[in-house]
Amino acid sequence: MDPLRTLWETFFDWESMREALPEMLTVGLPNTLILAVTAALLGSALGIVLAVAGISRTRWLRWPARVYTDVFRGLPAAATILLIGVGLAPLGMQVWGPNPYPLGILALSLIASAYLGEIFRSGIQSVEATQLEAARALGFSWREAMRRVIIPQGIRRILPAWVNQLIALIKDSSLVYFLGLLASQRELFRIGQDYAANTGNQSALLLAGLCYLVLTVPLTHVVNWIDQRLRHGRPATGPAGDDPDDLDLALPGAAGGNQR
Amino acid sequence: MSTSVSLSLRDVHLAFGSHQVLRGVDLDVARGGTACVIGPSGSGKSTLLRTVNRLLEPDRGDVLLDGRSVLRDDPDALRQRIGMVFQQFNLFPHMSVERNITLPLRRIRKLGEDEAVARARAELDRVGLAAKADARPAHLSGGQQQRVAIARALAMQPQVMLFDEATSALDPELVKGVLALMAELSTQGMTMVVVTHEMGFAREVADTVAFMDAGVVLEAGEPAAIFESARHPRLRRFLSQVL
Repeated sequence: MDPLRTLWETFFDWESMREALPEMLTVGLPNTLILAVTAALLGSALGIVLAVAGISRTRWLRWPARVYTDVFRGLPAAATILLIGVGLAPLGMQVWGPNPYPLGILALSLIASAYLGEIFRSGIQSVEATQLEAARALGFSWREAMRRVIIPQGIRRILPAWVNQLIALIKDSSLVYFLGLLASQRELFRIGQDYAANTGNQSALLLAGLCYLVLTVPLTHVVNWIDQRLRHGRPATGPAGDDPDDLDLALPGAAGGNQR
Repeated sequence: MSTSVSLSLRDVHLAFGSHQVLRGVDLDVARGGTACVIGPSGSGKSTLLRTVNRLLEPDRGDVLLDGRSVLRDDPDALRQRIGMVFQQFNLFPHMSVERNITLPLRRIRKLGEDEAVARARAELDRVGLAAKADARPAHLSGGQQQRVAIARALAMQPQVMLFDEATSALDPELVKGVLALMAELSTQGMTMVVVTHEMGFAREVADTVAFMDAGVVLEAGEPAAIFESARHPRLRRFLSQVL
């Protein structure tokens, strides 16, 4: 057989793709999104805690945050997912039964929080010190000043970096396949891989890859768009009522330093 | 406006590391009075102002409101009694002008939304910016931003107002409006400490003018005494350079 034709059929066998597509869209896509978005949200919550601890004046908050960040940024994602997914499986067994899915989300969240913590920290630190001074002069406590004035400004500035992290999570969510998911829990990559393994044809895996690109490429453009908007300002001012000026962000209780 | 109080600083010392910035400052402002603090850059004027509301804690000395020391009070509660206006305005850029004023009213004074908005509108009206309530600070001129900052401080109904070179960052044509507003406040009986390079303002509005140099008040008195018959040679030299 013509080797070029073999190559073509290995990757572009429409029949294999058509066969895999329904499951890809109804099972794989939702699972990938659930894994990535949940991990992004949990990772953000933990990331803010890490960021605030990281700039705390208390050494006992700064140090653990530093060590945590170094460890989870320094390990390969696959190793972390396997360590958490397998290592905590007995514990998870007692809480939610034999289901590796929550552990996958947990592992992804822990990894994301290490990166997001650094992103949030740089965002918070980029807000001028005079803003904190002005808020304190009005009578806001350090904690309230951070929550109402500093963090909302910092977060706006790091939106592009946050979306980049979401992109990374969409890709890294493929790694939870190590943990042996149920058929209904499989995400895009795993479904593509299963079809490829069963048929010996890589077309379904290529289809999975295309699905990732459909998710990630528009997001990279969203990043650029937000970046542009932040750089050049928004075109018009909205009505005062819809300003998300005081996002109700949870702050760690312990981090409320007593700066005077 | 809530009742003003008298303000006294007694022998206030403050060092940043080994650098002694305040070296025993005394200052008295009567209830409803206006003190202007003048002096060369780096003389400790802005630092002094920050010891009044304890953004900086004095190493030694005392700060008294109506004769009572405030150094053991809760600093947040103290700052709620003292309004402060900064050189760089320091409005919160991510919220509208109105929100800048209602945020502390709602979160600190615990006013309801309607009451906070009503008070914000009234204060904006007083500084002539009612039409800008929905604008972002970045869309206002420096003078307008500073007037909003003053409105934000006044909305909290402070007993003392501190002005830290409130007009130094403004274009010359915008200075007048802000100074007029400050003069009006002074005549309405607000106790004020004004760090300024505007000698005309100090002469016209102040009850007391204090000349600071190298961390101490070298000379203080009524404007006429300071500007027309200064005794200290440093003050005379300073005045000859700025007038």
